[in-house]
Amino acid sequence: MGVMTARPINVESPPQRDEHKLTWRAKLRRDRSLLLMNLPMLLLVLAFWWVPALGNIIAFQDYNPYTGGVLGSPVIGFTNFALLFQDPQFLRAMLNTLSITAFQLVFYFPVPIMLALLLHSIVSARLRAFVQGVVYMPYFFSWVLVVAIFQQMFGGAGLLAQLLRERGHEGVDWMTNSDTFILLITTQTIWKDAGWGAIIFLAALSTIDPNLYEAAAVDGARRWRRLWHITLPGLRPVIVLLLILRLGDALNVGFEQFMLQRSAVGSGASEVFDTFVYWSGLRTGDLGYGAAAGLFKGLVGLLLILAANRMAHALGERGVYSRS
Amino acid sequence: MTTLTSRPGRRRPARLAPWEERPSPAGQLGKGTIVTLIVLAVLGPLYTIVLTSLSPAATVNRAGGLVLVPDGITLEAYRQIFSDTVVSRAVLVSTGVTLAGTLISTGVSVLGAYSLSRPGSFLHRPLLFSILLMFVFFPGIIPVYLMVSGLGLKDSYWSLILPTAVSAFNVVVLRSFFMNIPGEVLDSARIDGAGEWRILWRIVLPMSKAVTAVVSMFYAVGYWNAWFNAMLYIDDTRRWPLALILRQYVVDSNPLPAATAGVTGDAPPTLAIKMAIVVIAVLPALIIYPFVQRHFTKGVIVGAVKG
Repeated sequence: MGVMTARPINVESPPQRDEHKLTWRAKLRRDRSLLLMNLPMLLLVLAFWWVPALGNIIAFQDYNPYTGGVLGSPVIGFTNFALLFQDPQFLRAMLNTLSITAFQLVFYFPVPIMLALLLHSIVSARLRAFVQGVVYMPYFFSWVLVVAIFQQMFGGAGLLAQLLRERGHEGVDWMTNSDTFILLITTQTIWKDAGWGAIIFLAALSTIDPNLYEAAAVDGARRWRRLWHITLPGLRPVIVLLLILRLGDALNVGFEQFMLQRSAVGSGASEVFDTFVYWSGLRTGDLGYGAAAGLFKGLVGLLLILAANRMAHALGERGVYSRS
Repeated sequence: MTTLTSRPGRRRPARLAPWEERPSPAGQLGKGTIVTLIVLAVLGPLYTIVLTSLSPAATVNRAGGLVLVPDGITLEAYRQIFSDTVVSRAVLVSTGVTLAGTLISTGVSVLGAYSLSRPGSFLHRPLLFSILLMFVFFPGIIPVYLMVSGLGLKDSYWSLILPTAVSAFNVVVLRSFFMNIPGEVLDSARIDGAGEWRILWRIVLPMSKAVTAVVSMFYAVGYWNAWFNAMLYIDDTRRWPLALILRQYVVDSNPLPAATAGVTGDAPPTLAIKMAIVVIAVLPALIIYPFVQRHFTKGVIVGAVKG
């Protein structure tokens, strides 16, 4: 967490050569430098992925780090999970997460597409490069920074409130209003990520054959008809793919963004899965309970990704990964 | 995943094609307005933040907040920040963690990606699989936390580096680039008696400078920006990276330590100091950004994403 990652859209291994003639000893001897090169990465992945993944066993325990540890704590089966579904705060986190996903699907998802169309339509190459450079930039800012910047603009002591007061109006504080929180975070997400998100659509736009446009123009199709009949069908595969990916990622709405603003707007509006895991597990100290919430999210997320990928294949797209 | 080299594709002519209709003045005006607003939405906040951090106390007080019109420039806020230990130490911590982390991450990823670029090698499939699994499942905050504290890494700078040192995405990007290097090149080196280390160092890496640079930049940005890991693992305020300072003093507006806040009359107002901290936090991204930006539109990212 923290380090920027994105998801590559296609991960496949190339065809394998027939290597069965060699014994594993011979292969081991032949590939020992490769294995040695892999070792540092393997150790890190073992320590910070595999061991924690298996450590989720504490979700099924009444875990106590001091008396029992992972091996000695009493096993209580699915009790933690049963408790989760009676916990109003957990249900609220689930509801918030899903509403934020749904809201952003409508109000964030189309923005990079529209931005890409706008950028693509700028005729001057220099101007286009300049605007692209500007809109990609906030993607490299941290969430702390973005929240700080928004606070200076829209907070109680921010620029907007200051300008309103100068003109004799009442100031506003958008940063602590829980009713409009979903709007606030969507605006932040647009400001930070929409420019970067446009890249993939720009790439798709550049692969549309210009002859199609010319032929359509010769046939009398005006600007908007060409957009409708050539550009949008050209973008369709990317749009469908990213839409499916977003659905597969429905439980991930971002984490630092919510952690940072939780105290300002209260947990009612800002509690999402990840913040719930953190507060219920690490803050109140019930580690097994928090781990159960985290494991629930991880497993449902895994199922969603697999389902989304299957859907992508069914629609004839390539999906996140494909069988090699 | 195919190529990561630049692919210009079909260049759009800078002028209108003969068949394109001339845009209407109203349409041009509308588009111009929207583009201007978008650019302002990004640059406007940065402008007023930088300006406020550079403004003398009188100007900030007269503005009653952020400064929009420059009236005198002073570096007083920055001088204050760096004469105090809190922020300057955090800048050192963040810089150190970013440099060490980027070096480790890039090294481990390049070696790992190269070792996974040879299908049919010993244990190739399970090793690759364990990297790909990282895309679809996250073990959870709590088990990772227990692992880090179990290893005794709490309050150690290693806790800011090791748990996030391997990004599966970056490994896959590097691997797919390495796999596209023509096999004949590697085979001829092998016939000449070069071992894997030599091939990687002398042939593969020099051919992959751009992709390695971009991957290390992604790691660097990640380390510089990381906030949550530091909040989880670093309790000792003297070991705080800049992201935690930013949260504490700028977002949550907790008072700055007396030495920085300034008690004398001509000290810069806290707002200028806050904005100076914001500027310091954003500066590295702004500085390296132009050097890597050209790789974004064509090449690396698009190649990695488009497949």
